[in-house]
Amino acid sequence: MTHRFRDLLALEPLTADELTFLLDQSKPFQEIQRHPLKKLATLRGKTVALAFFENSTRTRISFGTAASRLGADTMNLQAEASSLKKGESLLDTVHTLDAMKPDCLVMRHAASGAADFVARHLDIPVINAGDGTHEHPSQGLLDALTIRDRLGTIANLNITILGDLQHSRVARSNIHLLGKFGCRFTLCGPAMWVPRELEKIGAPGVAIRRVFRIEEALEGADVVFVLRVQTERLHEPSISSEDYVLGYQLNSERQRRAKPTTIILHPGPINRGIEITPEVADGPQSCVLEQVTNGVAVRMAILYLLASGATEADAHPALEVKSKESANASD
Amino acid sequence: MRIVEKSQLMSAPEIDRTLQRLAHEIVEKSGGTKNLALIGIVRRGVPLAQRIAQAMRGIDGVDVPVGVLDITLYRDDLSKVAPQAVLRSSNIPFGVDNMDLVLVDDVLYTGRTIRAAMNGLFDLGRPKRVSLCVLVERGHREMPIEAQYIGRSVQTSDTEIIEVRLREIDKEERVVLVDRVE
Repeated sequence: MTHRFRDLLALEPLTADELTFLLDQSKPFQEIQRHPLKKLATLRGKTVALAFFENSTRTRISFGTAASRLGADTMNLQAEASSLKKGESLLDTVHTLDAMKPDCLVMRHAASGAADFVARHLDIPVINAGDGTHEHPSQGLLDALTIRDRLGTIANLNITILGDLQHSRVARSNIHLLGKFGCRFTLCGPAMWVPRELEKIGAPGVAIRRVFRIEEALEGADVVFVLRVQTERLHEPSISSEDYVLGYQLNSERQRRAKPTTIILHPGPINRGIEITPEVADGPQSCVLEQVTNGVAVRMAILYLLASGATEADAHPALEVKSKESANASD
Repeated sequence: MRIVEKSQLMSAPEIDRTLQRLAHEIVEKSGGTKNLALIGIVRRGVPLAQRIAQAMRGIDGVDVPVGVLDITLYRDDLSKVAPQAVLRSSNIPFGVDNMDLVLVDDVLYTGRTIRAAMNGLFDLGRPKRVSLCVLVERGHREMPIEAQYIGRSVQTSDTEIIEVRLREIDKEERVVLVDRVE
């Protein structure tokens, strides 16, 4: 079963079938990470524009690595160095980038919906690398791939998410993806970061509950997501970092409330000693570095599917006359 | 445009006998099965490689390792013929350095698939020798590539297609020549 994608803006509108397809297509790229020679020529001659209007290190490097391992070239736009500082509008900036003829655009922006807005104005595929508090689809996919590799399945799991849910696009992408496979969610953090509206963000029928004691949130969990706490949000009077550590830090004593098989994920970068202790982050149940490795594989799959130059016109090869080469190709 | 079947090139027993012969030829020319491994090209090269390995077990009593290679990522014409082509997993669970590798595919036609397969193999290491075994060879090469082990050579026209149907994938077992007619 194959699926066709024009852009990748969010996981919410994708079906379980389409999500499974994206995860399956990442497998061959996981294998390539293990090859002594990791560079392919699949996207040779293609250009991937990386426009990060909001600071990012790991996602930008991960997409850049994915593009170069596929043989594509990249153009880089970074917030501090860009003409945004000089007052250019978002649309003018992306039109300027587009005029340099990239084959797809990967973008991050602090405003929710920014990637969707840009996609409506450009003909090339747009990949959302994080927009405000909306979604971070490639992170959701790499997390699901990591869980599937460790636990063998992503169906019907108990998922606990700890931290600042309110501002987390990672949590939203995870709920939108894993919710379609029957997972149940427990959200836990300081009350102002876990508002009641979050119980409704999944599709109808997705079980989401809020819990305010971390010990209770960890019981029965198959997977624990620890979100990064933005230290700039930890201040009086809302909550001090000492109070956060006391109430919500995942340490080894609290980890024992979960099962011995419970896996721990963190999207990075980690604030060691704030939301998670080093023993847990570096422990055998932590998947932090697998997430990073899988991130490159997932992003290679996304770029392979979106940037290889398939246009709407030839999106249905089955309807076309078979060319000479495809007639006896191995598939 | 319609696709019509023109003739049957091989029956199930003929395929079976041909694979037995190919297994013998490979073992003979390689001087045994030491350092020998088969690489089936996805999709129909894979069951063919497995069956040749099985036949070799009957000859030499040795299990020859079989790897699986999907060449999609190595094609030179990806965006033209296969937009968003589905990738299948490659699985080569042995080191290829200094190995005597035999690529196995169903049909040798333009040679572009084999060119791509060799690129894929060399990303894994440096084999001592790579040879090619195909069930059917049909001419019309676009690359300087030939097979060392050939089941059947067939003269074909440009519009004809050779379809190898194997029970593992197609639920039937035969090789047919089909043609496109307006």
